[in-house]
Amino acid sequence: MKTRWKASPYIYIFPALLLLVAFRLLPIVMSFVISFFEWTLHGTGGFIGLSNYIKLFNDPEFWKSMMNTVWLVVFVVPASLVFSLIFAVLLNQIKWLRGLFRTIYFLPFVTSMVAVSIVWKIIFNEQTGLANKFLGVIGISPQKWLAEARGIFDIFFSGIGINLPDWAGGPSQALFAIIILTVWKGLGYNTIIYLAGLQNISKDYYEAAEIDGASKLKQFFKITLPLVSPTTFYVLMMTTIVTFQAFSQVYLMTGPPKGGPLGTTNLIVYYIFQKGFDAQEMGFASAAALVLFVVILGLTIIQKRLEKHVNY
Amino acid sequence: MRRYFGKTFIYLALIACGLFMIVPFIWMISTALMSQAEFNKGESVFIPRESYDIIAGSQPEQRIIVVKERGDSSLVHFLNEEGKITREYVQIASGRVKHIYKPISLHWDNFIKAFKKVPFARYFANTIYVSFLSLLGVLVTSAFAAYAFARMEFRGKDLLFLLFISMVMVPEPIYLISSYILLDKLHWLDTYRGLIIPWFVNVFTIFLFRQHFKSLPKELFDAATIDGCSTFGILRRIVLPLSKPVIATASVFSLIGSWNSFMWPLVMTDSPEKRLLQVGLSYFNAEASAQTTLLMAASTFSILPILVVFFLAQKQIIESTAKTGLKD
Repeated sequence: MKTRWKASPYIYIFPALLLLVAFRLLPIVMSFVISFFEWTLHGTGGFIGLSNYIKLFNDPEFWKSMMNTVWLVVFVVPASLVFSLIFAVLLNQIKWLRGLFRTIYFLPFVTSMVAVSIVWKIIFNEQTGLANKFLGVIGISPQKWLAEARGIFDIFFSGIGINLPDWAGGPSQALFAIIILTVWKGLGYNTIIYLAGLQNISKDYYEAAEIDGASKLKQFFKITLPLVSPTTFYVLMMTTIVTFQAFSQVYLMTGPPKGGPLGTTNLIVYYIFQKGFDAQEMGFASAAALVLFVVILGLTIIQKRLEKHVNY
Repeated sequence: MRRYFGKTFIYLALIACGLFMIVPFIWMISTALMSQAEFNKGESVFIPRESYDIIAGSQPEQRIIVVKERGDSSLVHFLNEEGKITREYVQIASGRVKHIYKPISLHWDNFIKAFKKVPFARYFANTIYVSFLSLLGVLVTSAFAAYAFARMEFRGKDLLFLLFISMVMVPEPIYLISSYILLDKLHWLDTYRGLIIPWFVNVFTIFLFRQHFKSLPKELFDAATIDGCSTFGILRRIVLPLSKPVIATASVFSLIGSWNSFMWPLVMTDSPEKRLLQVGLSYFNAEASAQTTLLMAASTFSILPILVVFFLAQKQIIESTAKTGLKD
């Protein structure tokens, strides 16, 4: 069908397109350009080539914040995937009260990160927090949580008498507290997505497996897991992208100084924020933002490639 | 028998998971209702009860902690309402120490105290203003763009659509600094404009609308065109009235998004009277870090509107999350 509309479609697209170009595309291009300039709040100090990038890669604080972010992602993504799949599989088995459980699981996802960060900050308070009260009930001594810079592997292994070298200490307990919050916050969303994915799997497969005498566990690994893999890739990709952007948790739960103790909760986005707005080195911060963008983009492409290999 | 056992196990597991998800909220509300002194003692969990010592017959009640009891006389500290010591080591007759125990004591005044401590009313008003204006803009730009993408043929359509999609994939922190510079050049920093207009476009809403517009029967459009209805007329008189549910869903998502947005308003505003709720809450968190119960009260009332909206529209929210999450 050729166009027989009177009004030009471009007029319809125009408002959205203009805004998108002005407030998304242009800033993204600007980020790229600015990263090659010395740029402060008061304007540009001139083109400096790759200096910002060289300075960035020589900044131990940058690597530390990258490392912390990688720990966050490495813990949050698998935990979130496994738990949300378990939640979804369980939810898929029942009819009665399913709606209620679904609502409860989804609740943290719609509430603001700021409010829940404040709540979890107090949950992890050493003296009065709920986390230590819970540990007390199951017979574990109180932990310092957000005030603890020691790595969780270090804490665990020194508890059983093994001293780990520094590099093997793992994320600090403070970062681990943030990991728990981050998993909790996103779990409901992933559960809902998984539930939808599970409902797309035809019942016939299970009936056939039942006749063949396959156990529930075997059915899960041989039918559910492979057939839900497109959803898994989607959830994997979204959770990775979102987790790399974690910011409010650090801003609200840690400090003073924020990102503490000893910089063990300084995440890359907080690092960018701090360099751009506190230190006002906007060119430098843009370089860091661009590196983050490349990392996220690279991971997305890798996951897309992998998906093509494993798709059913 | 085995079946029943299995179901019971599933429900137990679901309840355990559900508790993990909801307990932080329950704790938030119960702490918001406690007195600060009671919370600091750390004895009450979940149930806002109170137990403390006073000097018998004192008006108003003079709270004390007994440091040492020596037969007839006791050494006590005097406390103020917040549980801070005002006078140390006062000697009084042991008979004057009276123990008060309230099994349930709800401090609703924490909400009022928190609300008045910083201008939360202003933050709420700002947030409502910004959220609804953004919503209006989003609905208008999305309806037009989605209509073109769903129902019109034109050159460069696929390319433009690709541009729209790819913008969703770019995380906000990437363009935050350059956006700051851009708003600075436009003189939009610390203005409501700077909080609203850049968010007049929402690609997610365009998707949602486009999907729905595509699902409308073609005959509807053909008939209207034959009757001499203009394109705009079709959009206004036929498409939009048939899109009320999807408009409602998109509105809820947009409102939740603006209500919860933090990083952008934190960076782009400076003056306290332009603060949005989440930014105001974060300042309150920094200022009142020792007043746990007030912090919990503020967190509670800041998420309350979202909870109301969520419970009213939960079915639509969850179902369209499941749908849009899987497609595109």
